[in-house]
Amino acid sequence: MLLFIVKRVTIGVFLIFLVAFLVFCGVYAVGNPVDILISPLATQEEVQQTIKAMGLDLPLHRQFFRFLGNTLQGNLGNSFIHSEPAVDIILRRLPATLEIAFFAMLLAILMGIPLGLFAGLNPNSTRSRGIMAGSILCFSLPNFWIGLLVIMVFAVNLGILPTGGRGETVDLFGIPFSFLTLNGLKHMLMPAFTLSLFQIALIIRLTRSGTRETLNMDYILYARARGLSRQRVVFVHLLKNILIPVVTVVGLGLADLIAFATVTEKVFSWPGVGRLFLDSVVNMDRPVIIAYVMMIVMIFIGVNMLVDIVYSILDPRIRLGGRKH
Amino acid sequence: MTGNTMENLLEVRNLSTFFDTRKGVLKAVNDVSFDLKKGEILGLVGESGSGKSVTALSIMGLIDPPGYIAEGSAKFAGCELIGMPEEEKRLLRGKRIAMIFQDPMMSLNPVLRIDTHMVESITAHRKTDRKEAVKKAVEVFRKVGIPSPEKRLKDYPHQFSGGMRQRVAIAISLLHNPELIIADEPTTALDVTIQEQILYEIERLSRENNVSLIWVTHDIAVIAGLAHKLCVMYAGKIVERGTTDEVLDNPAHPYTKGLIHSLPEMNTRGKPLQQIPGMSYSPIDLPPGCAFKERCPLADISCEQNPGVTKISENHHVCCFHPLM
Repeated sequence: MLLFIVKRVTIGVFLIFLVAFLVFCGVYAVGNPVDILISPLATQEEVQQTIKAMGLDLPLHRQFFRFLGNTLQGNLGNSFIHSEPAVDIILRRLPATLEIAFFAMLLAILMGIPLGLFAGLNPNSTRSRGIMAGSILCFSLPNFWIGLLVIMVFAVNLGILPTGGRGETVDLFGIPFSFLTLNGLKHMLMPAFTLSLFQIALIIRLTRSGTRETLNMDYILYARARGLSRQRVVFVHLLKNILIPVVTVVGLGLADLIAFATVTEKVFSWPGVGRLFLDSVVNMDRPVIIAYVMMIVMIFIGVNMLVDIVYSILDPRIRLGGRKH
Repeated sequence: MTGNTMENLLEVRNLSTFFDTRKGVLKAVNDVSFDLKKGEILGLVGESGSGKSVTALSIMGLIDPPGYIAEGSAKFAGCELIGMPEEEKRLLRGKRIAMIFQDPMMSLNPVLRIDTHMVESITAHRKTDRKEAVKKAVEVFRKVGIPSPEKRLKDYPHQFSGGMRQRVAIAISLLHNPELIIADEPTTALDVTIQEQILYEIERLSRENNVSLIWVTHDIAVIAGLAHKLCVMYAGKIVERGTTDEVLDNPAHPYTKGLIHSLPEMNTRGKPLQQIPGMSYSPIDLPPGCAFKERCPLADISCEQNPGVTKISENHHVCCFHPLM
């Protein structure tokens, strides 16, 4: 198990370096921040000074190594716009995104697994067909459109939910969270629901196909032949096998939600990192863009590692370093 | 049928199990009747698709849609099994009628430990605490010859070899001292030396515990030394039944004769094996008459009719117009 984790971490570090290089090259090649940051009226001397101060006069590889050295010390540079460390800005906005992502995933799990299980156990019933048709709809409708639609229905027409923002927050460990107040929860409901739709559809389809497949396995027949109750067969023998692929999808889906909540955050004016990222791209705020991408990469790698570990708990066959048979 | 029907543990009469398929009705089991006494071993022999496994599952009450039991009865210790409420059937399964499946690789749930399998099999029929159940599990593991049972209980199915896994299945079948064990090709997935051990083990345990046994197999050689009587199945019907000695020494049905002659023997080394010409019918929309007529060397115009049961001797019956004497 330890060897397994060490291996994963090594691969993860290598990946981070690789992505750092790619992102750095990509961002370097796009636009010139000096044009945006410096007033067109500035003298040539002032322009040169700014370029020097920001380290933009060095050749690409030296800039990269400087960036890498700083990164290793936890310094991803100061934002061109806000003139404070990019990492600080991101960390300040991250809890809002994490909160909405976790809430969305919770919704997806709580709705997706029972609905998928029901559809898998009763494949020919009308309700199952309805669930499956609904899941196709959730897959194919774009996020921003659903977001606008629910705002129109629940905020504008019915007036029961707010259109956007975080609402009241309560500090927990010095970090503001919305989910602890009723008002905050109301603000979270629509964006979280919009975000979760795709994940719900994914989990429904995965659970359903897993159920259908697992029902045909000999061990289900054998479990019934031993006289086990239906609940035991479904909720232990069946569900534990289905959870293996679902955990993978939930893990990656969570990373997805954190990284790609940008559009939903924009629609509901949710002050998370996604919106920060969009603004930074528009402003060519390089340090923030790079810091954001690095953070997302680390989240993806971290989540993948976590999924592998949970996976090995669920499925003893892939547990590494265990006793050989 | 000899003796008093009162001492029959299992009486199957005119059992027919059909499956609705897109192409038509598949008559997997068609008008099957046989008896089993206490402590008796019955061999159910036939090629793949002849309906032997479906017969076994019909008795267990494990036929799912699109399959259904079209008609017939199966009385177990005086109780009618066909049409019995699901919960009553569940209480019989694993307790009074146990089943062992073909592939122990597939029939144990890969994500659950062996002790979980054992304990749940016990608590499904008897209210005991876990400690008591584990004690019982250790006891039956000793009985079937699994070394260091306390340690092995903590293992997962994939950590057992094929033979050991089948011993686990036998141990599970013995947990509640059943009156009947249905073994569906329990040695087919094992190699020959292990096959011998498992055969011996099951024979010994059924003799010691006075358990009746239905042994489903396609391999007439496996069953020859074990069963008291044989039922030979072809295309969903029992074409010949009788005591093992009579059926093997004087096969009356051309199909049985073909089966026996297609076995490799010591003195036919180097010569090609005898085959039964042709292929088995698809059991969907069987033409009227004897199902074996296309492959039978003795077939004539009379075989267009359904053959009735011909009595060869007191304990030997055949469904054929031209029984071999």
